[in-house]
Amino acid sequence: MSVAILPSPPDTTPLRFLACGSVDDGKSTLIGRLLYDAKLIMDDQLVALKRDSCRHGSTDDDVDFALLVDGLEAEREQGITIDVAYRLFTTPRRSFIVADTPGHEQYTRNMATGASNSDAAVILIDARKGVLTQTRRHSYICSLLGIRHIIVAVNKIDLVDYSGEHFYPIVGDYLGFAQSLGFISITPIPVSARYGDNVTQKSDRMSWYDGATLLQHLESLDIELGLDEKALRFPVQWVNRPNLDFRGFAGTLASGTVRPGDRVAVVPSGKRSTVTRIVTADGDLPEARAGDAVTLTLADEVDVARGDIIAPSESPPDVVDQFAAHVLWMAEDEMLPGRSYLMRIGTKFVPACITTLKHKVDINNLEHIAAETLGLNEIGLCNLSTSIPVALDPYRDNRATGSFILIDRFTNAPVGAGMITFSLRRATTVHRQTVLVDKLARQRMNGHRPAVIWFTGLSGSGKSTIASILERELHTRGVHTYMLDGDNVRHGLNRDLGFTDANRVENVRRVGEVARLFVDAGMVVLCSFISPFRAERQMVRELVDADEFVEIFIDTPLEECMRRDPKGLYARAKDGKIKNFTGIGSPYEVPENAEIVVDTRLGNAEVAAHHIMKSLIERTIIS
Amino acid sequence: MPLKLSLKRLEAESIGIIREVAAEFRNPVMLYSIGKDSGVMLHLAMKAFYPSKLPFPLLHVDTHWKFNAMIRHRDQIAERYGVRLLVYTNPEGLARGINPITSGSQIHTHVMKTEALKQALDRWNFDAAFGGARRDEEKSRAKERVFSFRSAGHVWDPRNQRPELWQLFDTRIKKGETIRVFPLSNWSELDIWQYTRAENIPVVPLYFAAPRPVVKRDGVLIMRDDDRMPLLPGEVEEIRMVRFRSLGCYPLSAAMESTAATLDDIIEEMMSLRTSERSGRLIDDDEAASMEKKKREGYF
Repeated sequence: MSVAILPSPPDTTPLRFLACGSVDDGKSTLIGRLLYDAKLIMDDQLVALKRDSCRHGSTDDDVDFALLVDGLEAEREQGITIDVAYRLFTTPRRSFIVADTPGHEQYTRNMATGASNSDAAVILIDARKGVLTQTRRHSYICSLLGIRHIIVAVNKIDLVDYSGEHFYPIVGDYLGFAQSLGFISITPIPVSARYGDNVTQKSDRMSWYDGATLLQHLESLDIELGLDEKALRFPVQWVNRPNLDFRGFAGTLASGTVRPGDRVAVVPSGKRSTVTRIVTADGDLPEARAGDAVTLTLADEVDVARGDIIAPSESPPDVVDQFAAHVLWMAEDEMLPGRSYLMRIGTKFVPACITTLKHKVDINNLEHIAAETLGLNEIGLCNLSTSIPVALDPYRDNRATGSFILIDRFTNAPVGAGMITFSLRRATTVHRQTVLVDKLARQRMNGHRPAVIWFTGLSGSGKSTIASILERELHTRGVHTYMLDGDNVRHGLNRDLGFTDANRVENVRRVGEVARLFVDAGMVVLCSFISPFRAERQMVRELVDADEFVEIFIDTPLEECMRRDPKGLYARAKDGKIKNFTGIGSPYEVPENAEIVVDTRLGNAEVAAHHIMKSLIERTIIS
Repeated sequence: MPLKLSLKRLEAESIGIIREVAAEFRNPVMLYSIGKDSGVMLHLAMKAFYPSKLPFPLLHVDTHWKFNAMIRHRDQIAERYGVRLLVYTNPEGLARGINPITSGSQIHTHVMKTEALKQALDRWNFDAAFGGARRDEEKSRAKERVFSFRSAGHVWDPRNQRPELWQLFDTRIKKGETIRVFPLSNWSELDIWQYTRAENIPVVPLYFAAPRPVVKRDGVLIMRDDDRMPLLPGEVEEIRMVRFRSLGCYPLSAAMESTAATLDDIIEEMMSLRTSERSGRLIDDDEAASMEKKKREGYF
């Protein structure tokens, strides 16, 4: 058997690139063409493709290359790309991972997903249409996600007679617009994906173009990131402890290099030590570089856990609990400032909330728009605050330590993706006033433990009535109490807040902070708020110690509340005079883990208060 | 010889993914299908935790229709690496006598692989399961995440996958939900063989060409691994020099004529091949979009 042997690829890093373009720009066709011309489509795949082209194909006579990459049934039926697909291919010179991403505005999150791990992007422009809104959108997202090399593929050049007179003005437009986006290289190439001109083979129909083909350019593109030259960032992923004699820290170098003997700091704790060994299954290494997965051992018995970062003691990352970031929202439910999300940054998970949405970015023209929330696929510049200080770098300095995702704490779905722009406040610069009298001292003097008794339920369910009776009972027993409810909070502290979802979140957040101060003061604070969202009740719960929060769900069905309607609010809501009324125009999320559930149909308010009192005694909050 | 740069990057990426699962999940398991990809995945896992032992068991879903050489290899590997190996077979399928010959490949695959896998994951209460699937194998796999979420009942919803940015995997799940993890997502078939050679990873001898008893059926060569496979009228068993590119249940895996008897031969042969890897896997052809359908139902 005589076969032509392909030479092995030279020893280079694979190139990860993103292909973006809108539905009709021919993006999938271009990728299919690359694979086909590079002889990477196998015979049996070609047979299947020809069969499928007859069934789904949009080109009349030829093979429809787009069907090679649109892998999901729904995509093939509709002839569009829905989700990110990753394609691998290898030429004699380099191996590639292509992220093929949809171009519609509603799939911005998918494009960002593809861009997050890419080094370069191919942006398609239809030669007949020129630079469009979507071209600007794709370029902006690439820029935001840190892509520094752009190839502008001016496609369908066959439909404008292969003429340079169409090509050059488009290039001029693009360069003018992209100037401010911080790209290192922008390479325009005229191509016809359908006929293969300048994709892998130089076209003989465009003598006016003497540049490289798309494939030649991708094969030679230098994407040297200089990660080795940056300061060491080693996020600890897993503590490797096979026996009492070995304690190593497993992880992948996000940047920099490390050698035994290097002086390092463990952040955020700031503890210092020296690297003793770089352990791998293939033996100890004299040096590890960015991208290497290794296990480090340290000279001292310092406390190191998953989520910590090992860094040079002279150039550690910032340790902050407040920072600014661009956030891309990826969920149907809108982003709510003040709501607590779970943030994943590096290997660390920490509760975080968006304190301020400074502005939304119109991704079509980069204009700043004032906004209260972010919807699906919207991007905004936000201030965030974390519950404990975290180590981070700006995204432009380090993609690995400057990026994060936000996870919904109840559905566990990733809802936001963030790129840190700068730290707002170094956590170490804010010193709390040292206290001489603390919570424990106040508790001893009071003779009871402090607590938050949180009543939640629909309007008219009986929260305040039961809370008032309970407070009277506690007072007679000598317990120091205070009651917070909508009436005394909304008239003062929260006078500026309305009843939108965003305002409800902020309302509960402020009440939670006040309740925490009361707990610190050693008091039992009764809070009576509809508090319709689980996320905010959870947030308040986490502000105090685990045994200091008692959630009481006043479980009165909506029909019963509407029947009682003590303030006549339901009647007005039904008439449309009150918008966003919980139970009518706004949802109530039933508690899943309330300490006490009171069904008010089973007894009157006195009975309910007595029942709660018994439970507080059982919980040793009062004696 | 040091590993070439592109394999070194792939290795590091996979090790990072494997460690992530050990750090985040309560009870992970590694699916071990005995093939070349499983071999690489296990090797990477051993490296990931060195000098610790593998912090999770291997699971093999045995249909009782694997090649005998595969089962021998499996037991040798478990011993050689010193890992805990769980073997599970769907007891109802066994009792009903489901097999690829008389039940047909679709029912066999559904009952003895997909259903069996779900039963095994439930039985041991695993919350994360590693699989050796690669994105370059098949179109619907190209769309799959590295951390692929399964709702309760092991259902995959390809249209509603969690976005996956950077290496910031979302590892959070509720009780009853699970994650399938694919550390070899970005490896190609050639990468697998080059790495296998560079790292001296043992593979099932069936990957190497040898004279074997085969019959020609529906245009492909099927090896008669034992006498459970009856000859159809007109079929004759003959000895041919063959090897396997992809291994599954024996009557469903087609052999290819080849003389490649070493890893170097295989790599050389691979570079000249004009058919795709799964072309020898008969279950993929059951219907269009077949892999996506099986995956939605819980197949790996």
